[in-house]
Amino acid sequence: MNTNNTGGLHVHLEQATPIYLDAQFHCATGELIVLVGPSGSGKSTILRCIAGLTIPKQGLVRFNETAWLDTDLGIHLAPQKRSVGMVFQHYALFPHLSALDNITVVLGETSRVHREERARELLELVNLQGLESRRPEELSGGQQQRVALARSLARDPDVLLLDEPFSAVDQITRRKLQLELARLRQQLKMPIVLVTHDLDEACILADRMCVLHHGRSLQAGAPADVTSRPDSDLVARLVGLTNLFDGEVIDHKSEPKITLLCWANHTLECRHRPEIRPGQPVSWIIPPQQVILHRRDRPSRGERENPVHGVIRDFVVLGGDVSITMFVEDNPDLPLSLTLSSHVAYRNHLGMGEHITVSLLAHGIHLMPQR
Amino acid sequence: MDWSALALSLELAAWTTAILMPIGVLIGRTLARRQFVAKSLVEALIALPLVLPPTVLGFYLLVVFSGTSPLGQIYEMLIGRPLVFSFQGLLLASLIFNLPFAVQPVQRAFESLPGDIREAAWCCGMSSWRTFRSIEFPLVWTGVLSAMVLTFAHTLGEFGVVLMVGGNIPGETQTIAISIYDRVQALQDQQAALMSAILLVFSFATISLIYIINNRRRSRREY
Repeated sequence: MNTNNTGGLHVHLEQATPIYLDAQFHCATGELIVLVGPSGSGKSTILRCIAGLTIPKQGLVRFNETAWLDTDLGIHLAPQKRSVGMVFQHYALFPHLSALDNITVVLGETSRVHREERARELLELVNLQGLESRRPEELSGGQQQRVALARSLARDPDVLLLDEPFSAVDQITRRKLQLELARLRQQLKMPIVLVTHDLDEACILADRMCVLHHGRSLQAGAPADVTSRPDSDLVARLVGLTNLFDGEVIDHKSEPKITLLCWANHTLECRHRPEIRPGQPVSWIIPPQQVILHRRDRPSRGERENPVHGVIRDFVVLGGDVSITMFVEDNPDLPLSLTLSSHVAYRNHLGMGEHITVSLLAHGIHLMPQR
Repeated sequence: MDWSALALSLELAAWTTAILMPIGVLIGRTLARRQFVAKSLVEALIALPLVLPPTVLGFYLLVVFSGTSPLGQIYEMLIGRPLVFSFQGLLLASLIFNLPFAVQPVQRAFESLPGDIREAAWCCGMSSWRTFRSIEFPLVWTGVLSAMVLTFAHTLGEFGVVLMVGGNIPGETQTIAISIYDRVQALQDQQAALMSAILLVFSFATISLIYIINNRRRSRREY
């Protein structure tokens, strides 16, 4: 299995059963990577493999120079031997112990005084001072999560693992805890791996996110990159992108540098992608913000850029915006979404059934070769 | 009043409880944690003494303990006297017919533990032994105590198997339950009444103790 020699956490897991895995990613020291994917995508299994709670058929988990798992060499360290901190989805607090003792009990064999001092420090770090003597059942969900986080940091772990840490609390608490984690992680100099099915959460918290599907890691990168330039139509779908279509690259032009795309009787000009050979079938996306309405009262510049006609078939007011879906040439197989300010929609007298023309901005079109 | 029979019963119950407690914890914990092919069969085998007529269990134990069986022969070769109709034979039988009482409450207690708290302890760096001592045992000890009390009380009360395997040798295998039977046969009703009353009070007290422990535990969880 290939390895490279930079620091941080390296993970490469492969197995066919019981849960298919083909995942590979790296998390640098001080970096927060979010594994995101629908339920059943193997996120939690990957986290358990890093922690040593599950042993995959084939895999490598390495922190800096130390192999925690290397099936080729027969290395698999027990969870106790891997310096991990783990926050479980339902926190897994020790129900018979107070918040303070949930932490002191894991703090090894030093004196009681030392352990209590350290536990108080940790509870302070997660803003739980004053609740030391409460038992888990007397704490709210958010408070329990904080105890779990403090406890996971008790052994000064080299790697922090968070398994859906915000899924068991209400939305307001979730926002608050997400903010606290974002603040806390500035003090934590370690790789942090967080698992979630919540894409918004991934985009808020991640330095990099890794999209998973059926145990396979599809794409890793900064959230803005992954959501604007997905590698494949599958990634585009998994990160919830609309305006996903099929087409075929026709040609590349050098002056100006554009790529020509054939799509439903249209020839579209796209951002230059010379590496895609002509004739190659592609999937492509365009963000709704890059679909520009042509003013109906007077024509404006830029109308030559990929003009497309259609009929409005969905018109939804969301706050100050209007979300419009038009069927291109009234073809229900070609639904194109765009977002407008509601005053623009009003000024142009838009509504259900109206015929409109839009431009697809060339630099907003992202092509994904089909495999 | 047959004090030697009472003493013998108490001794048998004490030994049975002491030996079965670690075995019960081990088997109960394993059955609660592990999934394996023959698990249902093993559980059924352990529960068998609950439904089998004591005479049937006693009969088979008698066959296995007898001087013609391999076990009986080995025992006789090593110790120099037969296993049947001895206190040791009685103890061995007692260990077997008390297995469900020693295992099941412990198994239920371990099953009620949330599965991830052990893993959480490991991920905090706690060894398996420290996890058991500081996390698991404090959460299951009422189950273990229930198992011990039930085993003790049930040993005092067992009649059929003891009669079959132990015979009825005063001072060696005659327990209080059998002594009561003897007194009734001999029309010594007063003595039988006294010993029955002692067993009744003792059994009621121990069973009450179990319910008190379990109810207190439950009410502590509800707030």
